Parts: sequence; structure tokens; C-alpha cells
Amino acid sequence: MPNRSRTASPPTLVPLLKGRVRPYAPQITLLLALQLVQALGLLLLPALNADIVDHGVVRGDTGYILRQGGLMLAATLVQVTAAAGAVYLGSKTSMGLGRDLRAALFTRVQGFSAEEFGRFGAPSLITRTTNDVQQIQMLVFMLLTLLVTAPLMGVGGIVMALRQDAALTWVLAAAIPVLVVAVALVISAMTGPSQLMQGRIDEVNRVLREQITGIRVIRAFVRERGEHERFGAANTALTGVARRLGHLQAYFGASAMTVSVLASVAVVALGGPRIVDGDMQAGAMIAFLNYLAQILIAVMMAMSVFVLAPRARVAAGRIKEVLDTEPAITEGAVTGPAAAGPAPRADAPAASPSQDDGPPGRLDLSGVVFSYPGAEEPVLHGVDLAVRPGETTAVIGSTGAGKTTLVKLVARLLTPDEGSVRIDGTDVRDMDRRSLAEAVGLIPQRAHLFSGTIASNLRYGDPGADDERLWQALEIAQAADFVRGLPDGTDTVIGQGGTTVSGGQRQRLAIARALVARPRIYVFDDAFSALDTATDAAVRAALDEHLGDTARLVVAQRVSTIRSADRIVVLDAGRVEAVGTHDELVASSATYAEIVDSQLVPEEAS
Amino acid sequence: MSMQQAPGQRATDFAATGKRLLARLGRERGPLTAVFVLTVSVTGLSTLTPMLLGRATDAFLGFARGEAASLSPAWWILGAVAAMTAVAGVGQVLLGRATTAVTQRAAFRLREDSEAKLARLPLSYFDARPRGEVLSRVTNDIDNLAQTAQGIMTRLLSSMLGLIGAVVMMAVISPLLALVVLATVPVTLWAVRWVGGRAQPHFKRQWAATGNLNGHIEEAFTGHELVTAFGRHAESAQAFHEHNSELYTSAVKAQFVSGLMAPATTFLGNVAYVLVAVVGGLRVASGALTIGEIQAFIQYVMQFNQPVTTLASTAGQIQSAVASAERVFGLLDADEQSADTEDPAQPEEDAGRVVFNGASFRYKEDEPLIEDLSLKVEPGTTVAIVGPTGAGKTTLVNLLLRFYELRSGTITVDGADIAAMTRADLRRRIGMVLQDTWLFGGTIAENIAYGRPEATREEVVAAARAVQADHLIRTLPEGYDTVLDDEGDGLSAGERQLITIARAFLVEPSILVLDEATSSVDTRTEMLVQQGMATLRQGRTSFVIAHRLSTIRDADVILVMEEGRIVEQGSHKELLNAGGAYARLHRAQFAAIAT
Repeated sequence: MPNRSRTASPPTLVPLLKGRVRPYAPQITLLLALQLVQALGLLLLPALNADIVDHGVVRGDTGYILRQGGLMLAATLVQVTAAAGAVYLGSKTSMGLGRDLRAALFTRVQGFSAEEFGRFGAPSLITRTTNDVQQIQMLVFMLLTLLVTAPLMGVGGIVMALRQDAALTWVLAAAIPVLVVAVALVISAMTGPSQLMQGRIDEVNRVLREQITGIRVIRAFVRERGEHERFGAANTALTGVARRLGHLQAYFGASAMTVSVLASVAVVALGGPRIVDGDMQAGAMIAFLNYLAQILIAVMMAMSVFVLAPRARVAAGRIKEVLDTEPAITEGAVTGPAAAGPAPRADAPAASPSQDDGPPGRLDLSGVVFSYPGAEEPVLHGVDLAVRPGETTAVIGSTGAGKTTLVKLVARLLTPDEGSVRIDGTDVRDMDRRSLAEAVGLIPQRAHLFSGTIASNLRYGDPGADDERLWQALEIAQAADFVRGLPDGTDTVIGQGGTTVSGGQRQRLAIARALVARPRIYVFDDAFSALDTATDAAVRAALDEHLGDTARLVVAQRVSTIRSADRIVVLDAGRVEAVGTHDELVASSATYAEIVDSQLVPEEAS
Repeated sequence: MSMQQAPGQRATDFAATGKRLLARLGRERGPLTAVFVLTVSVTGLSTLTPMLLGRATDAFLGFARGEAASLSPAWWILGAVAAMTAVAGVGQVLLGRATTAVTQRAAFRLREDSEAKLARLPLSYFDARPRGEVLSRVTNDIDNLAQTAQGIMTRLLSSMLGLIGAVVMMAVISPLLALVVLATVPVTLWAVRWVGGRAQPHFKRQWAATGNLNGHIEEAFTGHELVTAFGRHAESAQAFHEHNSELYTSAVKAQFVSGLMAPATTFLGNVAYVLVAVVGGLRVASGALTIGEIQAFIQYVMQFNQPVTTLASTAGQIQSAVASAERVFGLLDADEQSADTEDPAQPEEDAGRVVFNGASFRYKEDEPLIEDLSLKVEPGTTVAIVGPTGAGKTTLVNLLLRFYELRSGTITVDGADIAAMTRADLRRRIGMVLQDTWLFGGTIAENIAYGRPEATREEVVAAARAVQADHLIRTLPEGYDTVLDDEGDGLSAGERQLITIARAFLVEPSILVLDEATSSVDTRTEMLVQQGMATLRQGRTSFVIAHRLSTIRDADVILVMEEGRIVEQGSHKELLNAGGAYARLHRAQFAAIAT
């Protein structure tokens, strides 16, 4: 590709697309060839026209005029065919690149751990995979269809002009660089403001987003005026940059037009005397004027690509950021829990029996240390924990104690820096996702349902489950009554994010979903907090009754939820502060006693 | 904000919306007049140029043939064209600036009006639709409009005038040739319609595929934790690849067909060029035209074709912009909340006495929720609102803060009917902590001072200390100057909650509304919070919504809600003795904890 288009590609776009364009190399080559043909077709018209004027008109040769007219028509047909072909290949290439980018992003994000995922957040990742890719796609299309024609027309124009009249060609040879320099100057002047503008748009949108999401708080705190001022400042700042950009565009338009008209004047001023002297013919001069017009049009078209470039550059940067994030968790060797894991650590908690036998449903954490990148302190400092079949192990602790991190380690949404998480003796790092999912059933803090029906959500962990199992799970989760009350029962369609059911109902469906999958180990991550106390108690009673021989890990905030657990682990600042039953801990753990005190009125606590 | 409307959805009433959009632009009378005058003069000058250059050519040719005695007319003409070009260049710069002024001012006002409108809309407007949709109107749609407006306005106006100028000049030079060129116009229009018509179904398929793919991505990403924990990566990826391929296939077709617009119009322009070259050549040969005239004419053909191509390529943009405008106007036209009364009532004191007097309310016409509620809340007392999830506990808060208006009956605060007070005056008396811990993108100190921006740093710190948030805040890297942002500011739900509590504390309200404020703060933090709350509640009337009975046992009045209605009302002891809903809730709680 000629030089000019390289300066046109925003820097971040090059590394993003490098390597990705390779599969498209043949079709891009063909596209460039077609663009060359269509540029030549366009440039041939003034040349043939010159022939009509110089040979046909002057001699009054009607046959010649018609013949050359026929050639012009043929050139036009070839040109339109080549242009259409270029548009087709441009569409295929740009949309193909878009598809590849989306796939690369999706695959990358799927492999993210909870920490990497949290670094971007779901909304941002969604925008990056959808809108940002679309921006790139559009830019690539315009690059291939509009931008590449400009240099071809410029160079081609000079070549064709040389054929007409060498002496006059220097007008073109001077005008084109002047035009190019003018374009380059304006574009480089626009880069800063364009990026600034994107930032200002984001700022305005951020204020608006906050005003909409925080509407109740804003009104309750009577801050409408303050918000209006905040918005006004952002809006004024945006308008200021937009005006600066608009002015720069005005300079571009004016200079392009002035240069090309002055070049036309120069063509006539230099060509006229040459015609008078008989060195050149009138047709050639007309051809020159037309080359100028064609080149100007091509440059103007190319300019429209640059308007898109700053946005695409931002988009490319955002996409690259995701693709450059290496997932910390890679898929382990495909081994089932039966295979031997790495050498088990001997410092497992007191309750940990031998690693390789016993009924299935054993979860052991030993010496688990985990820090979030950049954090000074680890969230978990050497945590030991054991969950046995038929038992409930509860974890309680304050904000930041590391409860949620612990759950994520068990589900392998995070991976420990030191120590191990083992299921039935196998390190989770050596299990594939599928067998880990079969072993561990997670009921997350935020009950998320997928769009589809209640039944499809319940079958998420086990697509083969029959209706009877669904209802059984719904009964245990205390959700059977409200599902029965719905007109379509389990076939009720749930909107995206489960908007058609209330928070408490959603939470119960999430519990039922885990029950349908029948894992060996259940992990409840504060899954009862959205339930009112009566439902909470009923669900727990039903779970005790039906999940007798499975292992349960319950993370909770309410003492009432975990009071009857076989083992309560008190987590404080990432360390296990105490382990025991409720009664033991009330007596022995100051932290636990504090927690109990905060939740009970005095007479009941005693 | 993740899902966006397909750009380029059609406006339902193109003409009306377009007219309204123009009317808004028309408000910028001064710069708009400048735009018009400058466009006419610049276009006029540039329209004359080919004609004059043609004359110059003829002057040279005439001299060469010995028909003219001197070359000086040619030089005069060329000098004049150069001078005109310089003037036109300056004019064009001024024109660009004026255009920018018009469009950017219009965009500024549209944003300003939309934002002001948001403040006047009733809460029911926001509650009735997904927030993303409202957001999309005020951000994506206005962006789309602002971005398109400038480009279109510059090009449209000069294209139209350039077109008219070219037609006039062509007709002056040769009516016959002008007719030949104009004959291609219907063909061009037909081609534009044909391509547009062919592209439409492909675009529809593309939008549908985009919607499906975006929907899948949104689900897979928001449910990332679950997809991973349930080991469903393969299925999710499979579905993704199907949607992705479908989008690719439809997008290639849509892009190709719509991309044909430019080559098609160029082609027709070239056909006109060829016709002019041939017919013009024959006319020159027969002596009806001069060489200079044919030279000028060909330049006019180009000037004529360019606007047609421009119009064709901007048609899609214009449609999308008008569709955006329609959505923005939809927002601007939405019903507003009633204005504050001219002569607002003013409570004579600021004690926090709240009286519900036969208050009734319903969200939907046929579903009565609160019927004839009467309740006297003395200053400094606590009302606890209890009931299962979804029982409508926030309704009372909505009414007290006048987020929603009563259907009948009254609520008075310190003797004044809240409907007769200004909303601002009423709300200044009430401090609120919501379950949804909304914080804006600023420092922690600014967030705490949200209700009282003039508060000093000492007051902010004192408030934080009172609600036990001071220590947590000081452990953050920048302390009170830590900037909160949308994406991962590292604060836990509990920490955010503490900040909102400090925020309510700082405004020193006489009435407090605590909406499930403690439910996401975990036990130990909550213990600290509750101590702060006790301090905060002293001497203030409090409405507390909570699941946990222990936090509301000390309430002076307990309202028990079920299915949106208040089913019981009384003190803890009274309600226990009554053996109703509250007694059942209480048993569930304490049967579990205290054996």
C-alpha cells in the first residue's frame, strides 16, 4: 500500500490488525488490483475525451467522436464493475475482520478469572466486544473502499498527465503535494482535539448516566441544581472542543478547494500559451482540468475516513487492552477426580482425613494464599478449610475478610497464589471445567438468570434433568408455590437478567438450579440474604432434610443462617480466626461473639 | 448502556421530526443567516469559475487562430479567477465557522434541554422503562445527531446550491446538453431507490443478527461467573459462533449492497460525462459550441454529479439521525411532574412530625396498594417497616419523599401538607440511605458532602467518624481524596454503604429514611454502623425498612406489609400478642437463632 495510507491508519489499529489481516491477504491484493483498475478507468475518461476534442472535433470526424465515445462508455463499464468488486471484497474483508475480532474477544473474556473480569466489568467488556468492534469494522471498510483510491488517483493522475503533456504535469506534481501537506497538517492538528473530544463526550455521558442511575439520591438530596451545573460544565467543555474541530475542518475544506482552483488557473495560464505556440492541444488542457477535479474528489472522500479515525483508534485501544490481558487460569490437564493430583500438602486442617479415600464430596483448602494484583496485603493468608459429605461448613466474617474470594477459589474463578484447593483429593487446577462443575454447585451472591424459561434456567447445570427433578428442586428451594402460580409454570419466560421475577424469587430459582445439577458439594455464597427470614429458615430446613449426604459450604452474614452448621469458620482479615460449632465459638471466639451480639437483642443472646 | 438500538432504524414520522429538527437549528438566527449568505456567495463564486476558465481558453484559442489581437483578455480573466478564488477561500473558512457555530450551539442546547428535562420528569418515567433506554436517548442518540448534523449541514447546503448553480450554467451554455445531463437524473434517483430497497432487508437481517449476538454476549458476560462455575464454556462459545457467523453473512450482504450506492452514482455521472463528451464533441464540430464552452460544461457535469453522490451517500446517515431525533423528541415531549405551587406551605418548625391522614396510593389504576393509611409519627420516634421481599416497603418512601404523589388523603410534615410544600424544602428535611448505594464519580469527600457541598473537610470527617466509616476510608490509598469511578473502584458494598450513611448524616435531617440500608453491610461492619445509626437517629424521626427484626425491635411503631399493603401496625409487644403476620416473622427469626 502506498505511503499515505500508512499515516492514515491510527497507530493502535496497526498492532491490532497485524497478523489478523494475513488470511485476507489474497482478497486484499485482489481488491487493490480492482481499485487500480477502477482508478485507471476513471482516469482514462479525460484522456479519451481529450482525443475526441483534439482529433475528432478539430477534424470534424463524427465517426471518430462516436468510436472514442464508445471506448469511454466501455471504460466506464469496466470502472463500475471493478468498483463493485472492490466494494464486495471490502465488505467481506472488513466484516470478516470484525467477526474474527469478536471471536477473539469472546474467547479471551471467557477464559478470564473473576479478577481479570472484574478489572473491566461486564458492561465495558460488552461494549468492547460489540460497539468497539463495529467501529473498527467500519473504518476498515472505508479504508479499503475510499482511502486507497486517493493515492491511486494521485499517482495515476500524474502518470496519465505525463502522457498528455510533460511540461504541464508539474502543475499537478506541485498541486498534489501541496494538497497532501495541507491534509496532513489539518489531520495532525485534529488528532489532539479529536481525542479530547472523545474524552469530553465520555464525560458528558458519564454525568448523564449518573443522573439517571442516581435519580432518587439526587432528588432526595435536592442536588438538581448542582447536577445541572456539573452537566453544564461538561457540556460547555464538549462544545468548545467540537467547535475547535469544526474550525479545523473548515480550514481543510477551504484549502483543498483553493489549491485545486488555483491549480486549474495555473493549468489554463500555462497551457494557454503552449496552445498558442502549438506545443499542446486544447483537449489535453481539458483533460488536465478533469484530472484535478477527480483527484480533489478522491482526497475529499479520503478525508471522510479520517473523521472516523479517532473514534476507531480509541476503540482499537480498548479492544487491545482486553486481548493483551493474559488469563491467569489456564485449563488444566483433562483428568477426573479419580486421577492422582500433585503431592498433597501435609498441613491440611485438623479435620482432614486421608486424601484419597472416603465418600465423594470432600473439599479441602490447605494453606491457601491469594492476593489481588497490585494489592499490598493478600486477601487470604494461608486458609485451611475442610468440608465433608453430610456436613455443613459455614464461613462468617466481616467485609473484606475474604469470604467471597474463598468461594471464587473453590469454583476456580480465581486460582490461589500458594496452597491448594482439592476436591476428593484432586487439585482443582488438574480438573477440567466440566468435571469441576459436576462436583461443585455454586449459588452466587447475585442470583443471575439467563434469558429463556424457568425450566431452561433450572436445567442449566444438567440439560437432561426431567420435570420431576425440576419440581423437586423447586419444592426444596421454596419456589414451587410461586412458579405454580405463574400462568405458564416452568415455561414462564424470564427476561434478560431475570427481570420478571423479584429478587427473592430469583435467589430461590438460583438455589433450585444448583439442586437440579446434583453436585457433590454445594457452595452458597451469601445466597440467603435476599430472602426474608421466614423463607430463609424454610429453605434451610428443606435443604437439611434433602441434602443429607452432600457437602455444603455456606458463606453468610446472618448468624441465624449458619447457627446449626456442623463447623463454623470465623474469617478475620484473611485468616481463620476460629473454627467450631456455634456454642463453642460463642464461648471461645471474641470476634464471633461480637457478631452474634450485633444481631441479637440482649435477652436472646444470653 | 450496553445494548444499543440499531443505528439507522427508521423514523416513524420522518417529515414531522425533520421539520422540528430544522426548527431547532432555526433558533440560531444570527449564525444561520451568515451560513446562508456565505454559502450563496461562495457557491456563486465557485460556480462562475469553470465558465470563466472556459472563456480564458477560448481567448487563447482565438489568439492562436488569429481571431483576437491580444492575449490580455485571457490574462485578465485568469487574474480575476485567482482573485475570486482567494475571496471564496476566505468565505469558505468563515462559512465553516458559522456552520460549526450553528450546529454546535444547537447540539449544546439539545443536550441542555434533555438534561433539564430529566430533572422535571416524574420518577414513574424512570421506573417504567429500562434505564439503558433512557440513557441511550440522551447519550447515543444525541451524539449521533450532533455528529451527523455538522457534516450534513455543510454538505447538504453547498451541494444543493452547487447543483442549482451547475444546472443554471449548463442551461446557459447549451440547453440541449443540459437536457442530456438532466435526463440521467431520473435514472440516478431510480438507482438510489433500487439500491436502498435492496439494502433494506439485508440491513434488517443485520440488525436482527446484531441484536441476537449482542444479547448473547451480554448474557455470557454478565453471567460470566455462572458460565464458568457451571462449566458451560463450550455451549456458550458454540452459540456465540453461530450468532457471529450469522452476523457476518448478513453484514457482508448489507454492506455490499449499500456500498454499491457510491459506484452506482459515480457510474451514472460518468455516463453523463460520456454523453456530454460525444454530443458536445459533435456540437463543437458543427460550430454550435466553442472548445472553452465544452471545457466549462464538463466541469459543470462534475459539479453536478458530486452533490448527487453526496446526497446518496448521506441518505442513510440522515435517516439514522432523524430516527435519533425522534427518540430524543419523545423524551422531550414526555409528561412532566407537576410544578411546585406558587405559594408553598412552610412548616413552622423543623421537628420531624409526620402524619399520614387517610393516605391512599396505587401504581396501577386497578390495583389498590395503600388504602386509607393513617399514622401519627411523633418527632424523634422510629417507624419500622417490615415484610417479605417485594411487599412494597419502598412505596411509603416513594410517597414520603414525593417521588410519587398520593391519590387521596394527605401526608403532613410538621403541620404542612407535603403536596403544598416545594419538593426541595420537603426533601431537605429528609435524609435517605438507599439499598442501592449510588455514588457519583468524584472523591469520597465529595460524595459524603453530596447533600451539603459547602461542608468543610472537618465536617465531612466528623460525619464519617460518627458512622464508623472514617477508619475504612483512611485505609484507602488516597483516603478521603480517593476518586470513585464506574469500573472497579475497589470499594466493597459495605464500604459504599457506609459512605452513603455518612452522606445522610452530614445533612442533619429531621427525618430519616433507611431503605434496607443495613442488608448489604455484613455483620461486623454493621455493628459499627448501628452504633453510628443510633447516634444519627437520636432526636430524628426515622423510617426504617429492614428484614432483620433485631434492628427494628426498638421501633416505636412497626408497619407490617404484605403484597403492597399494610396488614398490621403497632409496637413489638402489641404485635407479638396479636399473633398475626409479625408474630410469624418473629418466630422464623428467633426459632433459628436463639433456639
